[in-house]
Amino acid sequence: MSDEPILRIRGLAKSFGDNRVLRGMDLDVKQGDCIAILGASGSGKSTFLRCLNFMEIPTGGEVTHAGKTIGTARPGKPRLYPESELTRVRQKVGMVFQQFNLFPHMTVLGNVTEGLRIVQRMDRAAADTRARAELDRVGLAEKADEYPSRLSGGQKQRVAIARALALAPDLMLFDEPTSALDPELVGEVLTVIRGLAEEGRTMLLVTHEVGFAYHVANRVIFMADGLIQEEGPPELVLKSPQNPRTQAFLARHKQFEF
Amino acid sequence: MDYTWDFGSVFMYREALYTGLVGTLRIFVICLISGLSLGLAVGLARYSVRRALRWPAAAFIEFFRNTPVLVQIFWFYFAFPILAPFDIAPLTAAALGITLNSAAFSAEIFRGGIQSIDPGQWEAGRAIGMRHRDIMRRIVLPQAIRRMLPALTNRGIEIFKMTTLASAIAYAELLHQARLIASINYNPIEAYTVVALAFFAILYPIVRATYALERRMARGD
Repeated sequence: MSDEPILRIRGLAKSFGDNRVLRGMDLDVKQGDCIAILGASGSGKSTFLRCLNFMEIPTGGEVTHAGKTIGTARPGKPRLYPESELTRVRQKVGMVFQQFNLFPHMTVLGNVTEGLRIVQRMDRAAADTRARAELDRVGLAEKADEYPSRLSGGQKQRVAIARALALAPDLMLFDEPTSALDPELVGEVLTVIRGLAEEGRTMLLVTHEVGFAYHVANRVIFMADGLIQEEGPPELVLKSPQNPRTQAFLARHKQFEF
Repeated sequence: MDYTWDFGSVFMYREALYTGLVGTLRIFVICLISGLSLGLAVGLARYSVRRALRWPAAAFIEFFRNTPVLVQIFWFYFAFPILAPFDIAPLTAAALGITLNSAAFSAEIFRGGIQSIDPGQWEAGRAIGMRHRDIMRRIVLPQAIRRMLPALTNRGIEIFKMTTLASAIAYAELLHQARLIASINYNPIEAYTVVALAFFAILYPIVRATYALERRMARGD
C-alpha cells in the first residue's frame, strides 16, 4: 500500500521520572518526507527523535513502522519492547548523532561494515563492496583505511552517515548532526544531507539551521513543552508562523541573519 | 656486622629450588588464567541488564575483596574437607583462594573499564541494530581492555606474588622450598635472598614488556 506512512506516531509520550518530556506526539511520516524539527533546547525534540528508533523507550503511545506497530501492548502498563524486535526496527530506521559516535578502534571501512557483517551477517567481500559504495556517496572513498582519529569532524560525521546508510534504512534520523562541528565544517555535512533529501530519502532532522530547514525540508515542525506547536510547509511555518511561540523562537534565531 | 655470605649452600640445593620454581609458575598460570576469566565473567554479570545476575556478582566481589586470601586458603585446606567427603590438595586449595580473590578484584577492574566507555558507543551500536551482547563483544570490550591493561598488569603481578601464600599449606613453591633449605642449612639470609631475586628476575622483564605493549597500543589510538 503506497499511501501507508513509513512511520505513524500516535500519542507518543516519554517521562523521565516526574519530568514529562513528551506529552503526546502525533505524526505521520510519508515516503519521501524531509521533516525538520525545530524548537528551543528542552522542548523535547531530541527525545522525540530518539524514541523513534528506541534509543529511548517511550512510556506511552504507539509507533507504527511500515504498517507494524512496534512492541506488545500490556494492560495498564507501557508497551513492552523486546530487544529482538528493536534490533529489526533499528536496521530500517538509521540514526546519525550529534557526537558522531564512530567506533575509534575500527577503520572507517570497519565502522561502515560492522552492521552489515555482525547484524546482517553479510560476508566480508560483499560488505566491503557495499560499504565502499556508501563511502563514495559521502565523498570519503579514499579514507576507507584510516582510523577515525585521523579525520576532521565533518569527515567523521559523513562516515557516520555512511554507516547508517549501509543498512539501507527506509528512514533516517539526524539528531543535530552539525551542532558539534566547527562552523567551516558544517557545509560539507549539510551538502551530503541535502543530497540525500534530493534523492527522495525519507528523513527527520532535528536542527538549529533554520535556513537549511527552509531550503531542504518539505515539512517543518515546531516543538515546545513536549508537544507539536505548529506544523506545515516551511514557507508557512518559517515565514508566517501563526503560533506566538514559533514567532518568538524564529525572531530570536533571525536576530543575526542578514 | 661481619657476616660471611655463602650462596654455595643454596646452590647445593638448586634441585629443590627448581622444583619450587616449577611449583610457583604452575600455580601462577592457573590463577592468572582462571582469576582473570572468572573476573571478566563476574564483571560482566555485575554490569548485566539482568538483576538476577547483578546482585550475586556484587555479593561475590564484596565477600572475596574483604576477606584475606590466607584465610580463604586455610578455609579450603583445613575446613572444607571436614564439610565435604574428600581431601583437597594444597595446590587446589591455594589456587582456589588466590583465584577467587583475584576474580573479585579484577571484576572491579573490568566493570570500571567497561563503564569508562562513552555511552555514545553503546548508542551507535544499538542504532545499527546490534544486540547488547555483540556491542559488548565487538565495540565496548576491545576499547575497555586497552584502558584496563595497566590495572590488569598490576593484578597479574599481585597474583604472582600471592602465590607465596601457598607455602603456608606446604605447597612446594619457591618460598616453601627456600624455607626448607634454610632450615636444613641454617642459612635463611642466603635462601630468602635468592627467592627475592628470583621473583624480581621473573617479574621485572614481564613488567617491562607490558609497558612496551601499552605504548604500542596507545599509538594505535
